[in-house]
Amino acid sequence: MTSEEGLRRMGRSEAASGLAMISPTAIYAILLLAAPLALIFIYSFLTDGDPGIIRTFTFANYIEAWSNELYRVVMLRSLMVALTVTAVTVLLAFPVAYFVSFHVDPSRKSLWLFLITIPFWTSYLIRVFLWKVILGYNGVVNSGLLGLGIISEPLQWINYNVGAVVLTLAHAYAPFAILPIFVALEKIDRSLLEAGQDLGESRFMTFLRVTLPLAMPGVIAAVLIVFIPTIGDFVTPQLVGGPEGRLVANLIQLQYLKLDNYPLGSAIAVSAMMIVTVVSLFFLYLNRRYLRGPES
Amino acid sequence: MTAKPTMIEFRDVQKYYGDYHALRGINASIRAGEFFSLLGPSGCGKTTLLRTIAGFEDISSGAVLIDGKDAAQIPANKRPTNMVFQSYAIFPHLTVEENVGFGLRRAGLDKAEMGRRVGDALAMVGLTGFGKRAAHALSGGQRQRVALARALILKPKVLLLDEPLSALDKKMRELMQVELIKLQRHVGITFILVTHDQEEALVMSDRIAVMFEGQIAQLDDPETLYRRPKTRQVADFIGTMNFLPATVLSDTPDGCEVEVAGLGRCRIAADQAPPGGNGQDTVVGFRPETLTILYDGQAAPERETPGKVEEVVYYGDMTYYDVKLDGVSAAVRLSMRNVPGRPVLDIGTRARVAWSPDALVLFR
Repeated sequence: MTSEEGLRRMGRSEAASGLAMISPTAIYAILLLAAPLALIFIYSFLTDGDPGIIRTFTFANYIEAWSNELYRVVMLRSLMVALTVTAVTVLLAFPVAYFVSFHVDPSRKSLWLFLITIPFWTSYLIRVFLWKVILGYNGVVNSGLLGLGIISEPLQWINYNVGAVVLTLAHAYAPFAILPIFVALEKIDRSLLEAGQDLGESRFMTFLRVTLPLAMPGVIAAVLIVFIPTIGDFVTPQLVGGPEGRLVANLIQLQYLKLDNYPLGSAIAVSAMMIVTVVSLFFLYLNRRYLRGPES
Repeated sequence: MTAKPTMIEFRDVQKYYGDYHALRGINASIRAGEFFSLLGPSGCGKTTLLRTIAGFEDISSGAVLIDGKDAAQIPANKRPTNMVFQSYAIFPHLTVEENVGFGLRRAGLDKAEMGRRVGDALAMVGLTGFGKRAAHALSGGQRQRVALARALILKPKVLLLDEPLSALDKKMRELMQVELIKLQRHVGITFILVTHDQEEALVMSDRIAVMFEGQIAQLDDPETLYRRPKTRQVADFIGTMNFLPATVLSDTPDGCEVEVAGLGRCRIAADQAPPGGNGQDTVVGFRPETLTILYDGQAAPERETPGKVEEVVYYGDMTYYDVKLDGVSAAVRLSMRNVPGRPVLDIGTRARVAWSPDALVLFR
C-alpha cells in the first residue's frame, strides 16, 4: 500500500520535474508556433471584407483555393517541384553518403562530413543569391560561355524558371540528405555484406538485397527532411523562380501582403500544410515498416 | 582410416598488411570431410587464413587451393565454401526463412521446393517452426543455428566457422560443441573452425593447427598435440603444462638421458625429446594429471620425489595442488581426482609426488 503510494508520488514528482524541464520550450512553442497556427486556421474560415475581416464562418476560401485554376496550378507545381527536388537531392546524396561511409578511411570520415557541412557557413539567402549570380543574364555561366565563344548571346532559359528553383534547392538541401543516409549506412554491419557475397550474390546484388533495404530508414529520413521545407520554400522561387517559377509560399505572401486577403491566404496555407501532412504520413508509414522489419 | 583426398591446400601463403606480416608462409593440407581447427591467440592470423579460403582476403604470395583449383581465380561469391560469421551476420531486415533461403535465389526454385528446402535446413538445426520469426527476435543460440542453416543449405564443400561459439554462454557453448560435431558427421562436409579456445579445439577437431604470429607451430590430432607438443609455446597454450629446467647428459637416437631439477636423472624416449645434443638450458614439461600425491604406505609405480603443498584449489570433482618439489624454487601444479577416503590435503603438508619419465617432454 505505502510503497504503491510512494511510487505514485514519485511518478507525480517525476512528471512535475519533467514538465518544469520542458516548460521554457513548451511556452515558446505555444506562443510562437501553436498560437499563430491556430490564428491562421481560424482566419481560413472567415470572410474577407474591404477593408478588414468579416467574422462570418465560411468554406468559401477553401472552395476558392481548391477550385480556382490559378491556385490549383501553383499548389500542384509546388508539390511537383518539392518532389523533384527531393528525388534529385536524395539520388545525388546517396552516392556521396555511400562513398564517405564505405570508401573513405575511417580516420578521415569526420573531415569529409565537416567539408560537406561547409555550405552552411553562409546564410541560405546568400547561397540563393549566389545561384542568381551564377545563372543570371550577365552571370558566371553566360559570361563564361560567351567568353569561350560557345554561345553568341546569353542563355535566358537557365534562370528565372522552375529548373533554376530545383537546382538551387537541391544544392541547398544536399547536406541534409547526405547526413541521415550516411548514418544509416554506417550502422550496417560490414559482415552482412560479406555474408551476401558468401551466399553467392555479386556485389551489385548484395547492394540491392542487403545494403539498400538496410539504408532505407536513412533514405526516408532524408526524403522527409528535404521534402517538408522545400514545398513551403519562399526565398528561392522568389529570387530565381521568375514568373512561372512561383510556388505556394509566394502565392500566400501575395494574398497576405499585396492583396490583403488574409482568409484566402490562410486557406491556401492550411491546404499546403495538408498536402505536406499527407505526403509525410505516407513516408512515415513506409519508415515504420522498415524500422519494424518484417511482420513476425 | 583411409587416406582422404585433400580439400584445401595452402602453399607458402604470405600476407602483408602494409608492413605488417600477417601470414608468414603457411603450408598445410586439410582433408575432405575433416573437422579441422585453426587455434591460436588473437592476432595470430587464424581468422585471416580462414578469410583467404572464403575469398574475403587476398594473399600477397603463395597459393590457396580449394578442391584442387587455385582460389585466386574464383571470386568470393563463386567459391564452394560458406561461412558462419563470428557475429553470425543474420540479415536483420529478413525473417528466419528469408535468411536461410537467401542463397537459394540464384537456384531459381519454385516456391514449394524453396519452402521444402528451407524447412529441411531449419529442421537440421532444430529450428522447425521458427521460419516466420523476425531475425532480430532471436536469441544468440538461435541466431547461430540460423547462420548454420543458411550456410549448409547451399551444400558447400567446405564450411568455414569463425569463432562461432564465442558469443554464447558456457552451457550453450558446450551444447553447441556437441551439436556441431554431430552435424559435421551427419553432413560429412569439411568443417574449418577458427577458435582461440584450446578446449573447444580439442573437443571438436579431428586435427588442429596451432598458430602463432602468422605461422603454424604444430599441426596434429588433439591427443598428439596435448601429449607431445613440439614447442614450449604450444605446450603452454594448450592446457596447463609444468616446466622444470633440465640438462641433457647424453643424446642418442633412441632417447635422451636428462638431469631434471627436483626430479633427478631420467631417460626420455626419442619421440618426446627432439635431438639437439647435450647441454644445459633445456626445459622438461609435464601435465598436472601425470603427477600423483602418494598417501602413506603407498608405493610409487615408477619414481617419486618429496615436496611440500603450497596451494590447494578445490573444484569439487578435482583438486589442484601447487607443490614445491625439494630443490626447486617454483611450484609445480598437479591435479588429483577427489575420491572417498582421501581427504583434501592442507597447505604446508609434506607429500610424496609420484611421476613417470613417460610423461615428460623435452623442449629445446
